[in-house]
Formats: sequence, C-alpha cells, structure tokens
Amino acid sequence: MTLSRRSLLAQAGVLPLSAHAFAASAATPGRLIVVFLRGAVDGLNVVVPYSDHDYAIARPTIAIAPPGAVGGALDLDGTFGLHPSLASLMPLWTERKLAFVHAMGSPDPSRSHFDAQDNMETGTPGAKTTGDGWMNRLIGVLPAPHKVTDAIAFGPTMPRILSGKQPAGTVPNGRGAGAQTPLDRPLINAAFDRLYTGDDALSHAYRDGLAAHKQVVAELQGEMMQADNGAPSSAGFPSDAGRMATLMRQDPSLKLGFFALGGWDTHVNQGGADGQLDQRLKPLGDGLVALARDLGPVFDETVIVVMSEFGRTVHENGNRGTDHGHGNVMWVLGGRVAGGRVYGAWPGLALEQLYEGRDLAVTTDFRTALSAVLMHHLGVTSTQLAEIFPGHTPTSGDLSSLIAA
Amino acid sequence: MATDPALARHLMDRLGYGPRSGDIAQIQKDGADRWLDRQLTPETLPLPAVLTARLNALTTTKLNAAEAFVTYGPPSVRQPGEPPLGGQNPEAAKAVVQNGRLLAAEAIDARISRALMSPRQLEERLVEFWFNHFNVFVNKGLDRLWIAAYENEAIRPHVFGKFRDLLTATAKHPAMLFYLDNWQNTAPDSPGARGNFKGLNENYARELMELHTLGVNGGYSQDDVVALARILTGWGYGGAGAGGGQQRQLGPIARRMLDQPDGLHRLARMARTFHFNPDRHDTGDKTLLGRIIKGRSGDSGIDEGEQALDMLARAPATAKHISFKLAQFFVADEPSPALVDAMAKTFHDTDGDIRAVMKTLVKHPSFRDPAAFGTRFKTPYHYVLSAARAADVPVRNVKPLFGTMAALGQPLYACQTPDGFKCTEAAWLNADSMTRRISFAIALGAGRLPLDLDPDFKGLRLRQLQQRPEPPTPVPAEAAIPISADKLIAAAGRRFSANTLAVVNEAAPTLKSGLLLGSPEFMRC
Repeated sequence: MTLSRRSLLAQAGVLPLSAHAFAASAATPGRLIVVFLRGAVDGLNVVVPYSDHDYAIARPTIAIAPPGAVGGALDLDGTFGLHPSLASLMPLWTERKLAFVHAMGSPDPSRSHFDAQDNMETGTPGAKTTGDGWMNRLIGVLPAPHKVTDAIAFGPTMPRILSGKQPAGTVPNGRGAGAQTPLDRPLINAAFDRLYTGDDALSHAYRDGLAAHKQVVAELQGEMMQADNGAPSSAGFPSDAGRMATLMRQDPSLKLGFFALGGWDTHVNQGGADGQLDQRLKPLGDGLVALARDLGPVFDETVIVVMSEFGRTVHENGNRGTDHGHGNVMWVLGGRVAGGRVYGAWPGLALEQLYEGRDLAVTTDFRTALSAVLMHHLGVTSTQLAEIFPGHTPTSGDLSSLIAA
Repeated sequence: MATDPALARHLMDRLGYGPRSGDIAQIQKDGADRWLDRQLTPETLPLPAVLTARLNALTTTKLNAAEAFVTYGPPSVRQPGEPPLGGQNPEAAKAVVQNGRLLAAEAIDARISRALMSPRQLEERLVEFWFNHFNVFVNKGLDRLWIAAYENEAIRPHVFGKFRDLLTATAKHPAMLFYLDNWQNTAPDSPGARGNFKGLNENYARELMELHTLGVNGGYSQDDVVALARILTGWGYGGAGAGGGQQRQLGPIARRMLDQPDGLHRLARMARTFHFNPDRHDTGDKTLLGRIIKGRSGDSGIDEGEQALDMLARAPATAKHISFKLAQFFVADEPSPALVDAMAKTFHDTDGDIRAVMKTLVKHPSFRDPAAFGTRFKTPYHYVLSAARAADVPVRNVKPLFGTMAALGQPLYACQTPDGFKCTEAAWLNADSMTRRISFAIALGAGRLPLDLDPDFKGLRLRQLQQRPEPPTPVPAEAAIPISADKLIAAAGRRFSANTLAVVNEAAPTLKSGLLLGSPEFMRC
C-alpha cells in the first residue's frame, strides 16, 4: 500500500537526507527511550489542531476547546494546542526540549491494532515475515560489545520491538524491579548454573536474566520505593520512569529503553478535557517529566520518543468515542531536541483531505521521523540505517533540524 | 498394546496440564486410544468429589450474567432512593459490595481448581483456548461481573460442539457485547439513536472478522467492517440504561418483582440478557464480502446478523484460521501445513465440528512424532499449572499460582486486548522470565508457597496483583514441608536428563524439587 496522493503531495519538495549531515554527533554518547502507547491514542486530542476549522465540527462532544476557553487546549504555536491534562509538559515545551511530529504514521493501511503495532515494532510495515524488532537491529549497529543490560524494556515479556538476536533485558514493573530472589543465594545459584550451561535458547535466557537481575538489584539498591496502591494502567508509569532514570544514570552502557502503556482504545466515552483519555494522559505526562528530571545530566544525551500504532477517526463515533484511524502524532523530547515546534506537513481535516475519507492522512512516515533521531542523535550512518529500516529511503523535510547540531 | 510411556507423557503434556502422580501409569494401562476417546467425550469422566465440593463452595460462579448484574451490579440500576439489593440494613448492603469483589476471584479459583484436579484435561485446555480466542477483559467495567458467567454460558458448553454455536454464544453474551462495545452500536438516524447510542461503533465488527473468524488476511476490507457494523446495529442487551427502551419501566417493576419470592430471578431475566432492539437497527441493504445482505426492519432485523455469522463461520478462511490457531496451541509454534490443511478440511466437511477437528489433530503424524515431544516452551499459565500438578500438593489457596502467572505476564482473565495471549516460545521466553520461573519453582519445591491456606478472597486486590505482582509471604522455613523429589520424578515421567538428576542428587533436600521444577526439561512440554 502506498501513501495517499495527498500525503505524497504534502511530501513533495522534500529532499533525501544527506549522509554527511550527521557525522557531527557520532562521537557523543546518545540514548533513546521509546514509550509505545498500545491501543492507538487519539493524537488529535493530544496535539489539538484547534485552528483547523473542521476539527471542532467533527467532534461535537469530545473536541478540546481552543486556548483560553474553559478546559481549553494549552497553546503551543498559535496553530496547535496541547491537551490540558499534559500541562506538566509545558515547561519542557517552553525550554524547547519538547517537539511533536504531526500527521505521522505508517504507510501500511491496516487498522488492526496488532498488525499495526507489529509494523511499527519490526520497522518493516507490510512485511509480516520480519523476525526481529528495529530497536534490536539498532543495538547491533551501536558500538560492541553488547550486554543484556544495554537495552531494557519494562514489563513481564520482551516486546517485539526489542526482540531479535542482540541481547536485551526486561525489568519487572513496580517494586519487584529491585527485589532479591532465591537465586541471589550462592548455593542455589551454583546448582542452577549447572542446569543451564548449554548453548541453547533456555540457557542463554537464564544466564542473561541472572546477569541483568544482579545489575538491576545493585543499581536500584537504596532507591526510595513508593507504593502505588494498585492504580490503573498508565498510573504506574511515573514510578517506573523513575526507575529507568536511575538505571540509566548508574549505567552509561544502558543505551536503549522501552515502555509500553495500554488503555488508549477509546471507542466509548473518550471524554474531552475530562474523562478517560484525560485520566491516562495525566500520569503519562507526569512520568515523562519525572523521567526528564530524574535523568539529570543524562537528559542532555537522551531522546524520548512517544508513539502509537495509528491515530483515531477524525469524526467522533456514535458513542462519544473514536474508532481506529490512520495518522497520529509523535512526541519527541530530550536535551538535544530542537523543540518548541510542531514538525510535519499538516494535511488538513476537510473531508476531501482525509485518508479514505475518514482519517488524518499520514505526511511523515514513522521511519523518517525515527531516522532523524537515529542519525542525528545516535550517530547511525545511512548504511546502518538501511539495516534498521530496510527498504525505506528516508526523506527529511523539516525533520533534518529535529535534533540540534 | 501397552502405550509407550513417552507418548503417555506427551498426551498429558499437550492435551492436559501435565501429569499428576499416577496419570502416566493410567494411560499406559488403558491405552492411548481409550484415553483419547474419553478425553473427547468428557461427560464419561466423573469429577472427583473433592473438586465438586470445591466448586460447590464457591458462591458466585453459578450465577448467570443477569443474576450477577442484578445482585452485584452498579447502583445505577436502581431508582433514586431505592435501597440496594442487600436490603435497608447498611451492613447487608456493604456485604453485597464486598461480595462483588469475589466474582473475579472465584472465577479464577474455579478455573485453576479444575485445571489442577479435573480428569477432563482436554476440556480444560479447550476452555483455555476458546476463552482466549474470544477474549474478554475482567477489568473492563461490567465485565468484572460476567467473567464466570461468560465462561460457563458462552464457552464451556460449546468447546466440543459446533463453531457456529460457539460464535453465536459469544456474539450474544453481555460480556462480549460490553467488551467490544457492540451494545452501543446504533444506526445513526434510527429512531433509537440518542444519548450514548448515536451511531456506528466498528469495534466488534472488526475483531469479529480479524480475530474470531476470517483472520487478518482473511480477505475483508474496511468497507466490509462498516457493513458488518451496520448489520450488527441493535445487537445489545435489555435492562435499565441499556438503550433497550425499558429504562422508565424497570424501577417500579423491579421494586414489585423483588417483593415476590422468585423476584430476583425474574428481574434478572430482563436485565443484561441479549436483546435485539429494532429501533436502533440500520434497515438499509449492505454488501458484506461481496454478498448483498437485504436490510430488514422490525424484529427480523436480527436475521441479517445471523446470516452474517453463518457466512463468517462457513468461510474457508475461517476454517484455516481456526485450524492454524488450534494446531499452534497444541502442536507447534509453526505447525506443518499438512496438519493445518487436514484440520481445515475436517472443519469444512463437518460444518465446524470442533470435536472432529480435534480428532484429526490428535491422530495426525505431526502430533504423534516422537521427535517433537518435549520441544514446546510452556506458556506461564501452563508452566505454573503443570508444576503444581506434578508437585501434587493440596491447593486451597490459588493466589500464589495466579500471582505467578501475572508476574510472568499471563494473568488469567486479564488480557486487556481482544487478541488474547500468545502461545509461542518467542512470546514468552526472555531473560527475566527464566529467573522468575525458577524463583517460583524453588518456593514450590521447598513447600514454602502458602497454597494450603484458607482462600482469603476478601484481601485479594485483584488489580494490584495483576499490575504490580509481588511474591506472597512464604510459609516459615520451619513449618514448610518440601516436595518429595522421588515422587515428583515418578509423577512427571522420565523427562529429566542425567545432568539434572546428578545435580538434584547432590543438592540440599529443600532444593531438590525446586531444581526439578526449574530445570530446562520442565520448562518444555
């Protein structure tokens, strides 16, 4: 599937990235944290196109009011406004550490959550046979040697995006992250070591797991753990984000981090300034602020990307919610981000401007946006980029300036 | 002919949750064919008294969906000023709310108890499979009330039956109608379109094709999703606030009915049972998968949905999709095309007879190939249950088992997304999962999991257990009774390598069974 004619037009005039543009930052250590919002967050209510005449019309009960009104968006640039629940992010915006890429998405037309997540995690939209994730391939191009603690995902299972032949670790959500286990006792450890000596998948997983566990326990020791009272889905994010920050501060070789947060599939009673979406955005915003703060000096060498598999319908549905759509917004923050700006070509929300007559069109391929971060921030070369996103020719447009030189 | 012990172990591993003490010997004695026949006709296998007593002691799992709603549902079903269903007494009213928390906990208890103790092992495996295939999420609103009812009404009765019946039962169950929002799916300009029922909602229609029937590559388009959503407008449930037009009537009727001896049950029949509302149905013609579905008005509008379910249940893509998923669940991450084709052919020839499809599976050479025995990485659910079965300890408190499943990423009934949990090695084998499985194995093997306590559901904060699982308080070392390694080796069959047995032999008594349960051989089945 190709991009719609309109989005191709929107990209017209965009130049291919030039390889020498990025060599400058290659020497500086860079880190990347990806926060994936599973379930398709409604990007039109996150970075609100309040100046687009068709926005409020399409959403009679769930539109965010323009800046200045009660419950209105927080003005970003006179064109777009931020959901009021994300007020905690505004200082980062003002300091130009936070940017957005709007009308970003996948060239693949799937409106299946699972296929679309797969597309964004493998980095090869439309190709169902890709076995590994793009962040795993990214580990492969970063300087060797690679340890299991160089890339960490929070959660009980390894996400697709980090799966593959390069080592990567998982850390439990919540207070379990730094807890001791029976394997910390030497006799028990020694006995189990003898069961997992082989070159098979289980033995590798066992040895990697033990190494990662020991390192995490050591690094999180003494951290003040806060209780979180069994809160709903994204509510635990601020404390997990704090743990990630601690790990990154302690371990300079930890380069890549990943979080997945659920609960964004708001088909019913999505709400406007208040409601379901609001309740999930608040802890996300707070967690990102905590992450930025707790990273301390490391924030300057870190880029945090927030993304989601697709956007939601421009028009609200019959149940004050939104259905599966297409284009969405990507959030990019970090010390080196040239922020305070909404990047990407805006395709418009008039009926004839919509993708398949219903969704925000995609004018920036998600791989193009990620490529800008990988090349300018992590020093990935264009040859290496072809391994990470095979078959994709990055075009930069205004994104060549997303990361400050 | 005596059954090969390796085959007996394979059957228990794959068609059940692993052997308990004596299971392998029993299969060898009866013969594999006879054992399989019984598993495929589970009504021939009586449940042990200990399990029946356990299930009978649960107070909420026998309620149907409507009874659960009326008894434990939100107070909005009542009129203002009306006392809650516990009566005027505030203590009784509080008890109703507290008992409401029991619903999910008791559903979990029932499912785990059956998996541990029922001789109908294949039935339990199929309940796991089909619940997961037609997944609903316990923490989405009202579904907390309906999790047991959904399993008992929509899933269990059909796991050896016709796929079409299973599909219908899920399509019409309030748990599914609520989970995927179809109860609000309404034709935009219909007479019933008002309030929260103003227009189309595609959620269920999409997953019905993508996940439940055709599969994501099953040849449907976005236009088909919209057409199917229109066809299913008006499929919802009755009762107050359910858009069934009965809101104003229910208050006084409910009060009067509740004064009568059988009132609760009569009221229940009205509340949250499947109800087709013609006022919210789209009566126009639709084109679904290239076929015209004639729009109908009045009560016969429901026939469009029935016609669509017929089409989807009988589509060749559905036979293939279901066969692949079953083969992946029972046989291999990448099942052989020959197996999937054979199953799909049976599915087609028998009009979706699940028992017949399972017969094809268990007889197929790729299921019987000894080279494939013991090669699958167990899912967390399977691993935890198989360890508890092999240990053969009395389990009165399932919380540590559920908590371990949750910590490993597979909390029973709490998969948030409609695609359900995966069953492949790639999904579950990771560095952290191994150390966590081993921690559980060590505690279980040393007798330190508090499994033999009275179940304490009142303190069970389910959501917390799922999202921030923490290990249970262990049994004090001086009170713990380690599992006998010799008995465990005999129960589990000869699966352990010489290396593992040598390490076990040299280990401290409290660690021996933990090493067996945490060994690489026990991670696989």
